[in-house]
Amino acid sequence: MEKGKNFVFGVYDEETVLMSAVDQIRSKGVKIHEVYTPYPVHGLDNALGYKYSNLPIAGFLFGICGTITALTMMIWMMGFDWPMDIGGKPYIPLPAFIPITFELTVLFCALGMTGTFFVASNLNPWSTPDMFDPRTTDDKFVIAFDLASNKKDSAELSSILSESGASEISTKSIAN
Amino acid sequence: MQVTSSVRPPLVTNGKTKKDVTNDICKQVEGPPSTAWKISFTMSLIVLAYGGYCLWTTWYVGIGMWGLNKTIGWSWDITNFVWWVGIGHAGTLISAVLLLFRQKWRTSINRAAEAMTIFAVICAATFIIAHMGRPWVGHWVLPFPNNNGSLWQNFNSALMWDVFAISTYFTVSLVFWYVGLIPDFATIRERATGIRRVIYGSLSMNWDGSAKTWSRYEAVSLVLAGVATPLVLSVHTIVSMDFATSLIPGWHATIFPPYFVAGAIFSGFAMVLTLMLVVRSVFKLEDYITINHMESMNKIIVLTGSIVGIAYITEFFIAWYSGVPYEKFAFINRAFGPYWWAYATMMTCNVVSPQLFWFKRVRTSIAWTFGLSIVVNIGMWFERFVIICTSLHRDFIPSSWSYFSPTMYDVGDYLFTFGLFFTCFLLFAKYFPVINMAEVKTIIDSSSEKK
Repeated sequence: MEKGKNFVFGVYDEETVLMSAVDQIRSKGVKIHEVYTPYPVHGLDNALGYKYSNLPIAGFLFGICGTITALTMMIWMMGFDWPMDIGGKPYIPLPAFIPITFELTVLFCALGMTGTFFVASNLNPWSTPDMFDPRTTDDKFVIAFDLASNKKDSAELSSILSESGASEISTKSIAN
Repeated sequence: MQVTSSVRPPLVTNGKTKKDVTNDICKQVEGPPSTAWKISFTMSLIVLAYGGYCLWTTWYVGIGMWGLNKTIGWSWDITNFVWWVGIGHAGTLISAVLLLFRQKWRTSINRAAEAMTIFAVICAATFIIAHMGRPWVGHWVLPFPNNNGSLWQNFNSALMWDVFAISTYFTVSLVFWYVGLIPDFATIRERATGIRRVIYGSLSMNWDGSAKTWSRYEAVSLVLAGVATPLVLSVHTIVSMDFATSLIPGWHATIFPPYFVAGAIFSGFAMVLTLMLVVRSVFKLEDYITINHMESMNKIIVLTGSIVGIAYITEFFIAWYSGVPYEKFAFINRAFGPYWWAYATMMTCNVVSPQLFWFKRVRTSIAWTFGLSIVVNIGMWFERFVIICTSLHRDFIPSSWSYFSPTMYDVGDYLFTFGLFFTCFLLFAKYFPVINMAEVKTIIDSSSEKK
């Protein structure tokens, strides 16, 4: 979590209220810091204006790395480094390379993409999570505003939250 | 706000709210272990210890401890390997294939099924390592620069493909399972204190549940499901090629890949059912794992069981139609030779018994389903045994014809994997959330029964 910032946040009880609250707040031009939910809420990323993640592209690139690694490894080992006569078959039997090429493509894609996800979302065992309310891992939803990135003051933002249906409103500041 | 569909049966019953989901699942993790759990765990450990002794002896003395002979060089070890790998396939199938098909009923069972996959693959790997005879040089299967005469692995070999397929499958399944567990670990973390909070906090990778992270999480899950689906099909295809690329009559069959994959799904779903019916009753999760879930799985069992049945019949037809005398002999010998009893067991358990699931009363009955799920697993073990052993035991020279009798070490090594599997599964069921809470919460509003 960014240090030395002041936040106002509202707690919502229902997914449907949250979704309409996000639309309502964004139409008023208020900048939402982040929304916290206990499960993936369908359509929330669109409502918040997030573009679709580039992680699949990362996954594709990692996958290509796997393909190249597998083919290079097998062609070099069997074709150049130590050619072996196996039942008179070609030294570089491409069809026989298909299974391992496929497996390494999948392996690199899965590990690379998941690793990128962990780095991009700052998921690791030592960081401190951005928790506004512990109940967002249970059944509540939180919309948080960063006071520094909004022109409105704390009282105005609180009233916007309560108008949009928040059941509780609170503030949180993190000192440096 | 909860809406109840008038068309589809509810996936979660008895008016559970999202808070109930958290409480019901976390309760298992937070409370002290139940007596039933302690008894089961002790029994698993005893089996593990006895099996461990047998496995140690096998490693120490060599695979001469098994009942193998010059004619039958592969038997229980490879049978058990294929059986466990097959069982492992249902986890990925439920989590990946059903995710791509947007089957919401998967949410209650995917976590335990994926755990089952991981433990089953570990059990399968035990036999790979054991049947090497010298497990301490097991790393020789990997292509690393070496001084062993500068020889590289033979990438033409299906066994070499297996090394890559199984290790990739294990790794990807583990990653998929762990990514799914992260949000649930965060839920447990927020309810825990002290050392438990630290442990679950680390396991949760300090997940915060922000919309951005969820959005990425969903993208990752979808792509992982996308790559895991062809992966799961490729793994058993490659396992089947261990046999299909050989020239042994009875093994040398192009039908093997789809036939093995169907068999894997068949046995995997049966094992999921066996485990889930126990878990739901021990942990009182009847509202999450409903009769409806059981029925859906039974429908998949009757489908895949029938595919397997067609494969058995096709093999016989082709053995006759090909006009190859060796192939014909292998199949007549399989059904009417000394191993007729194994063949009959396989046919009864795999082809006849699942057909009972055409009756709604059978597929919605817990007792029937539990019994038949065990019957299917016995049948699938015999399928692998029949393919492997009966194809080998009468080879091309009648003077070398033989018969396989397992020793206590064959049995003990098999028991070891049961001990290992249930020990791991029980630890998982006690310390990890057995149901994917975050995913079940997504269906509460749309697919649960109203209070």
